[in-house]
Amino acid sequence: MHPILKLVAERLGIGLLLLLAASALIFGLTEVLPGDAAQAILGQAATPESLANLRAEMGLDRPAFTRYFEWLGGIMTGDMGVALTNKLPIGDQVASRMSNTLFLAFWAAIISVPLALVLGLIAVRYQNRWPDKIISGITLASISLPEFMIAYLLIFFFAVQLFWAPSFASINDSMTLLEQLHAISLPVAVLTLVVLAHMMRMTRAAILNVMQSAYIETAELKGLNTFAVIRKHAFPNAIAPIVNVVMINLAYLVVGVVVVEVVFAYPGMGQYLVDAVVKRDVPVVLACGVIFAAVYIILNIVADVVSILANPRLRHPK
Amino acid sequence: MFKNIPLSAAIGLIITGTYFLAAIFADLIAPYGMAEAVGDVWEPSSAEHWLGTDQIGRDLLTRMIYGGQTTILIATLATILSFVTGSVLGFIAAVSGGWIDQIMSRLVDLFMSIPSLILALVILSSIEATVVTLVVIMGLLDSTRVYRLSRAVAVDISVMDYVEAARLRGEKLSWIIFREILPNALSPLVAEMGLRFIFMVLFISTLSFLGIGVQPPLADWGGIVKENKEGINFGIGAALYPAVAIATLAISVNLIADWILNRTTSLKGGRG
Repeated sequence: MHPILKLVAERLGIGLLLLLAASALIFGLTEVLPGDAAQAILGQAATPESLANLRAEMGLDRPAFTRYFEWLGGIMTGDMGVALTNKLPIGDQVASRMSNTLFLAFWAAIISVPLALVLGLIAVRYQNRWPDKIISGITLASISLPEFMIAYLLIFFFAVQLFWAPSFASINDSMTLLEQLHAISLPVAVLTLVVLAHMMRMTRAAILNVMQSAYIETAELKGLNTFAVIRKHAFPNAIAPIVNVVMINLAYLVVGVVVVEVVFAYPGMGQYLVDAVVKRDVPVVLACGVIFAAVYIILNIVADVVSILANPRLRHPK
Repeated sequence: MFKNIPLSAAIGLIITGTYFLAAIFADLIAPYGMAEAVGDVWEPSSAEHWLGTDQIGRDLLTRMIYGGQTTILIATLATILSFVTGSVLGFIAAVSGGWIDQIMSRLVDLFMSIPSLILALVILSSIEATVVTLVVIMGLLDSTRVYRLSRAVAVDISVMDYVEAARLRGEKLSWIIFREILPNALSPLVAEMGLRFIFMVLFISTLSFLGIGVQPPLADWGGIVKENKEGINFGIGAALYPAVAIATLAISVNLIADWILNRTTSLKGGRG
């Protein structure tokens, strides 16, 4: 087997183990902490007998180990149980909200990734001059504010003062794509700003790192023009770190989405999760938590695999 | 130490110092009581109410001062907890090596593979959010990052000759950690402490904004945004004051951390 395939297979294996361990950790956390679904339904005043009865009825009296694998199997097959608060199946809610969240994250990614790469290149080209300084200044400002603050600043100026965009991002299927995009323009702007700063800074560092290597200097010294140096020597080596940067920030977007959806009352996974936490609806929290964690982990695995595949040294072993 | 202090770091120290003093002496400088309704709903700023009033007529300046007290207190305690657990465990892992290091490091990898916010949400769905539980949850979740840094720093130090000498002298683990490694690992850890503190301020503000952090009637900066967010749609900027407070505090702490990092790297010839 080609050594690179072995590396990728190894990485995927570790990733699967990590996914399993993470789901066990999330399930375990709610097990170890006091209170369970039966307690949540009956409240603090419940008698021990009625609690025991309900636990037996819901199957909560069986060992945690059995219930974990049942729960995991359910998640895999799309059957996530019912919510405590409204008795609706969690799977249906997740399906519709997931597509809304992906819609939001997709547009944020489409805008922020190219923008960050171009701005990162500009920062490298004009290193330590004013474009670079402005870019690092904006970076410092945006990592000093939580996501919801940036959101309210944008709402205050663009929705309330200028009436450019709605301050609530409610979307439904009867809207045209353009109407939907207008509705989510502010949340997309917030998410873009939040990941842009990190992505720009990391792109800048990644490209600078490559440009300072000895082989770039060699290529310049042997008389290649700048374009050829970048195309033949810098770019192939910069793919891996840049893809890594993009993936890490898409993973970061997953977390940013939670807060942004709450601010804009957007009907997505993040709002569902936060609502469930406030109402102490543990089955919903478990399902959402494990989905968010899985997306985050999978994006990180993809980043690792792509950087293995993009590494010329690994692709052409001696 | 304070000679030749750069202007940026001086500004950072002054602003950070002001916030901490305001937090410590909140009871003395706050013009009104924390939960006292003293005016109309969302009054504009005036001589009596410098920042105006909030959504139920409480003085906003008072809320901001007490809010700063809660936010800074929780962030500080959580940072301390995170550093004590993270660095001690990191040093132990680096000095002992072998399977102790392996088990702890893989466990930390597992915790770091899930975003802290998601883990905090899962935990807070089961237990009551109080100041103590928030500090413990935030501190322990964040200690994984401190663990990684202090382990990396300590691994470099633990191969030094003077640590070798201490081992050969037969010193105990605690002596090696606290007398040999800690003094030499202090400067990168102190600079990191500033960044972790900012992260804690952002973290607790986010949790309170989502309604699962600091509970009313206690004020905190994230909670003030949550309470006053409806006002924004009427063009009332009460919810934006915490943004200014958080941003200025974060930037000034950053300036101090940069200064410490630069000072220590130049002292040690590049090693940070």
